[in-house]
Amino acid sequence: MTNEAIQLKLTEKFGDQLTGWEEPYGMLTFTAPKELNLKVLQFLYDDEALKFQFLTDLQAVHYPDNKGAELAVVYHLHNLVDNCRIRFKVFTAIQEPDVYSATALYQSANFMERETYDFFGVNFIGHPNLIRILNVDEMDYFPLRKEFPLEDQTRIDKDDDMFGR
Amino acid sequence: MKLNKQVMSETAEHILLPEGSIEKQTTTLNLGPTHPATHGVFQNIVELDGERIVKATSTVGYIHRAFEKLAERRPLFQITPITDRLNYCSSPLNNMGWHLTCEKLLGVKTPKRVDYLRVIIMELSRISDHLICNSIVGVDSGAYTGFLYVMQYRELIYEIYEEVCGSRLTTNIGRIGGFERNFTNAAFEKLEKFLKEYPGVLKEFENLFTRNRIFMDRTIGCGPIAAERALNYGFTGPNLRAAGVDYDVRVHSPYSSYEDFDFVIPVGKTGDSYDRFLVRNEEMWQSLSIIKQAWEKIQSFKGAEAEVFHADTPAYYLPEKKDVYTKMEALIYHFKIIMGETDIPAGEVYHSIEAANGELGFYLISDGGRTPYRLHFRRPCFIYYQAYPEMIKGGMLSDAIITMSSLNLIAGELDA
Amino acid sequence: MATNFEKVVSLARKNSIWPLPFATSCCGIEFMATAASHYDLARFGAERMSFSPRQCDLILVMGTISKKMGPVLRQVYLQMAEPRWVMAVGACASSGGIFDTYSVLQGIDQVIPVDVYVPGCPPRPEAILDGFMKIQELVNAEGLRRRHSDQYKSLLAGYGIQ
Repeated sequence: MTNEAIQLKLTEKFGDQLTGWEEPYGMLTFTAPKELNLKVLQFLYDDEALKFQFLTDLQAVHYPDNKGAELAVVYHLHNLVDNCRIRFKVFTAIQEPDVYSATALYQSANFMERETYDFFGVNFIGHPNLIRILNVDEMDYFPLRKEFPLEDQTRIDKDDDMFGR
Repeated sequence: MKLNKQVMSETAEHILLPEGSIEKQTTTLNLGPTHPATHGVFQNIVELDGERIVKATSTVGYIHRAFEKLAERRPLFQITPITDRLNYCSSPLNNMGWHLTCEKLLGVKTPKRVDYLRVIIMELSRISDHLICNSIVGVDSGAYTGFLYVMQYRELIYEIYEEVCGSRLTTNIGRIGGFERNFTNAAFEKLEKFLKEYPGVLKEFENLFTRNRIFMDRTIGCGPIAAERALNYGFTGPNLRAAGVDYDVRVHSPYSSYEDFDFVIPVGKTGDSYDRFLVRNEEMWQSLSIIKQAWEKIQSFKGAEAEVFHADTPAYYLPEKKDVYTKMEALIYHFKIIMGETDIPAGEVYHSIEAANGELGFYLISDGGRTPYRLHFRRPCFIYYQAYPEMIKGGMLSDAIITMSSLNLIAGELDA
Repeated sequence: MATNFEKVVSLARKNSIWPLPFATSCCGIEFMATAASHYDLARFGAERMSFSPRQCDLILVMGTISKKMGPVLRQVYLQMAEPRWVMAVGACASSGGIFDTYSVLQGIDQVIPVDVYVPGCPPRPEAILDGFMKIQELVNAEGLRRRHSDQYKSLLAGYGIQ
């Protein structure tokens, strides 16, 4: 199951809706439009040759300079039988960060999508319980976006000057 | 999820209650974040029908320390102490995994001796993690002796870590490209002592538990999971192998010269607590065999090869002090590395290792600056904890405790 | 007579402290090593680890306390009966440790009064035992009336505890 064969199968089915083909460090990576993310996941799951039936990882990256496509949701999939990994990304704008949820297909996506929502504010449509998971519920911002600082700005015992921030 | 605000105090607004739990005839019990039998801070609100669990809802995040945001501020070698605190029962495994990810991104190739030394350290930490898990399953089912007996040997493993890196628990062991110093003779002597004495102890521990009538009755049929459900829930590691799927990252995508070693992957049948216990136990035996093989291979290196303990990458590995004082390039590299001014090549890499709980993955995106642009840890505990409410449904409350301890949930890894 | 009685009470108290291990992360594992047979905590009288706050004397807070956990820690502290002591084990409990982030409480003394701080990340078992011995010294030196004194009451009021 080489990367070229996977790319061929995917372009046969979806044509040039899938872009950004590259292979950093040997892992095939491509980008899909956000409306198609469930269709691509389902195709990769059902196809007899591809059989990517294990969701290794689901998380997001914030690119504040990419206007119109600031948040990237990244899926890592794994074909356990042929030992093949693949990565695909879905970009969404920060004003309407709506992406279809993969929980119907993979149970493991449940917590991972909640974590992505908690950190970046990506709204997963169809998720059974999309609330904050790791941070306190009263938090009203999405901490891992680039504009927010790491430290708690209300702390009184540590001085920014002395701590070299 | 309906939140019934009348019954909760201000301190507990974030806790989720199962729907309709107030109106029904079942008892709602809070298996709260501070509970002696939960290993770390997890909260489960369970609905009980007598002693049987009808429904459970988990709340996590009580020890969220924002590792991923913290990592965006630190150069690569300063992130190693953070990875220590992921699965703190086996810190060297996390450290090695991180170093391997960095080496993949930076294109550093480590010599064979470094790989074998890494294998020894990784398998020792796998043994120490499985030791804690198995003995705590014993403690939770009422048998305290096994835990006390086996912790002695965990102290010996800690002494071996101390000989190499100086610290016991959160080790920060190794550097990008190898180790910070060559293993001393004292370290190897302690390793030989461990290899001599530990098999006898493990045999006695097995005799206490594996065919013990009470232990078997407690753990067989307790919290089972089928292989397809486990795969859908993203299980990896001993929990998945106990369910019957033989997926081990060391065999599938070998790293650090694991392909040179000869070992077996133990696989269970039903995925219940007894199978998980047996799988971890057998993995300890396999780890012992791997350490013996690695030790023999290391002893076969002679002359200059026997002194190698790091790769030759002056850009990322600190040069020797005597060179720093005499040569110009070494001085410059030393300055750049210490002050954190080495630029990382841009790119994105995902690398995973077989940690004690499963596939620990590191997704590192670099934009060419000095610190990562985004670092994400694929934490096995976080992913398989989602199956916990399903696994304990229909069982009794004490079985829920045994299931939780046999899953080896480490709070640091869960919340990160 | 009163001072001799105080001495007896202090002797009894200091050699029979029942700790509550409030272990959240890595320091909890070092505590397990301290309680195991190599560094035995039981020889100091701490044989029975009470997990119920109502029955313990000393709460050992080991590990990082996040903002989500702060109210829980406070509730557990409030449930303890007088006389009670608090030991912050590790850098995270003392001051937030290496985690100067938005989600970590920068030291448990933001929510409860602390008697002894044990630095280290994690502290060696010998250091935890040393902290425990310092608590024993504090217990020995404390009079019978301290918990009713105005100074103590104003300390608690500073934390918002009645």
